Amino acid sequence: MHIRALFLSVWEFVVGDDWRTALGVVLALALTSLLAETAISAWWLLPLAVFGLLALSVRRAAREATARSEVARSGSD
Amino acid sequence: MSGAETGLVLSVFLACAVEAVEALTIVLAVGTTRSWSSAMTGVGAATLLLAVIVAALGPALTSLPIDALRVVVGGLLLIFGLQWLRKAILRSAGLKAKHDELETFKGEVEAARAAGTRRPGFDGYAFTVSFKGVLLEGLEVAFIVLTFGANQHRIPLAAAAAALAIVLVIAAGLAARAPLAKVPENTMKFAVGVMLSSFGMFWGAEGAGAHWPGNDAALLGIIPAVLVVANALAWSLRRATLPSDEPAMPAEAGDRGTVSA
Repeated sequence: MHIRALFLSVWEFVVGDDWRTALGVVLALALTSLLAETAISAWWLLPLAVFGLLALSVRRAAREATARSEVARSGSD
Repeated sequence: MSGAETGLVLSVFLACAVEAVEALTIVLAVGTTRSWSSAMTGVGAATLLLAVIVAALGPALTSLPIDALRVVVGGLLLIFGLQWLRKAILRSAGLKAKHDELETFKGEVEAARAAGTRRPGFDGYAFTVSFKGVLLEGLEVAFIVLTFGANQHRIPLAAAAAALAIVLVIAAGLAARAPLAKVPENTMKFAVGVMLSSFGMFWGAEGAGAHWPGNDAALLGIIPAVLVVANALAWSLRRATLPSDEPAMPAEAGDRGTVSA
């Protein structure tokens, strides 16, 4: 029980409330590493991925916030 | 001081200052309502624990091979930085409540009063709330001190920047004798998010084997690029959430939510 609670605390601390972004960062780093093994320049991949991940994360959170406020508004009507 | 060291000092200082402001509010509330000595004992115990965490994990991190260290640190900084940035963008668009120190202070004072009458001597409530508040706010700072410091083998410099921020916030709190409600927390969090994401991107890519054009000078392009993208996202979100027949929301004094270069 304590180990589970500790794991959940660490997960919450590191990953936060958006696991998709964390997973995306890990995948982007792995892809950069693979690309760096080839003759192609690899530096551009991470910025592109990070900007895309940030935009998607913000969009998701904005949708969720809007949906929550609409539910709250319809509940108060 | 090199550019990377300046970035280290700035990032740690800003992150630590903003977390210290939040911790100060909690300590002030329980200190004034319950017991100053117990609250300060909680602060001391949490600070000691944070120092032990930094002292224990620092050497472990710095002993990693440089490429592995940069991938791990870069990845973690990116995950952290993107969280800070996303929340700051949502706050600036009005989709997430801004941190209001006065409201937090009132809530903590009410909770402290509702926790029952205080007996003379050691107050467990004041100790626990202060300890938890400082530890939770401080963990993120300890993490930033460790990652930034370990990557450049300058943990003492990062710790000094954090200590300076804490001293300044405490001095400001003592001078104001109130929560530091006028500190532009969202702007500071936005700036920290930009710095963490930029350095995370730089070190992560380098650790993964990529070579930035211009080496360290690439940071001079990465930081403004992250700033521009984050500001553009905040701007577009504000526009999307504003009703079309209403004028733009009045800007909050001292906390517009975004920063300029």
